[in-house]
Amino acid sequence: MIITLNGERFELDRPLSVTALLTQLDIDPRRVAVEHNLNIIRRNTFPQVIVEDGDRVEIVNFVGGG
Amino acid sequence: MIAGRTFRSRLIVGTGKYSSFPVMAQAHEASGADMVTVAVRRVNLTDRSRESLLDYVDTDKIFLLPNTAGCYSADEAIRTARLGREAGLSNWVKLEVIGDERTLFPDNEALIEATRVLVKEGFVVLPYTNDDPIACRKLEDAGAAAVMPLGAPIGSGLGIQNVNNIRIIREFARVPLIIDAGVGTASDASLAMELGADGVLMNTAIAGAQEPVAMATAMKHAVIAGRLAYLAGRIPRKMYASASSPVEGMVGR
Repeated sequence: MIITLNGERFELDRPLSVTALLTQLDIDPRRVAVEHNLNIIRRNTFPQVIVEDGDRVEIVNFVGGG
Repeated sequence: MIAGRTFRSRLIVGTGKYSSFPVMAQAHEASGADMVTVAVRRVNLTDRSRESLLDYVDTDKIFLLPNTAGCYSADEAIRTARLGREAGLSNWVKLEVIGDERTLFPDNEALIEATRVLVKEGFVVLPYTNDDPIACRKLEDAGAAAVMPLGAPIGSGLGIQNVNNIRIIREFARVPLIIDAGVGTASDASLAMELGADGVLMNTAIAGAQEPVAMATAMKHAVIAGRLAYLAGRIPRKMYASASSPVEGMVGR
């Protein structure tokens, strides 16, 4: 299945939770915010929210800025 | 004090454009600032080896203020503010809605609209705005927790270009006034404080200096000096001299 991850095409074997996606990407869930089909996902619901074929996911974090 | 939260320092500094994170951390320490701005961006998925900014900011001591830099519409800024709230530890946002790429001047109309929406959602909104007293008043009416007029374009280092407008904004403002952007060197920060600003926010002036840690130290003192001078009350300007030493008792007269 294909999702759009941070604006890029991204392949996944099967639907998976946001938690599992972050683990696969080696991302610490405590330092990011996740948007799933334009909805912001609360961190405590990462395990329940399932990413499916065609979904759009944004994963953001803090970087240097003024 | 902003929105009921007390800060020890009146200097707010950025986290962008530093040559390295260790230099940034040293500059932060030297500046004495207890609030720093950060940007919200997509996680780099191709290079996960890069260090995280947050490894170099002690969030027990330093309050993180996410910005909406680079947003060109109210919707984009609102979306970014919400993401920043989720990624961070607070509902505070340095709200930027940019109207033009070359000047990075704010789009006041969109800024006021975004302020209104975010305040309703419970955000503490600190808007980066033009040095326009009317825009500042409208932002205040929209519920902004502070007003943050620019001294000069972001990263320009030109210093405060419209001193009189800043004076008028000072007169009008019932919320904290923070000069955000345009500072080039210590005297610019002092001037901002002498005009009655409650604080100064800067990034490039420190990060872009040849010795960022030394400049951060200079800025710390400049902000303190300017504040003290403002409170002390400066003498009026006069066209001609008035002698400091007695005019009587001169030898040989």
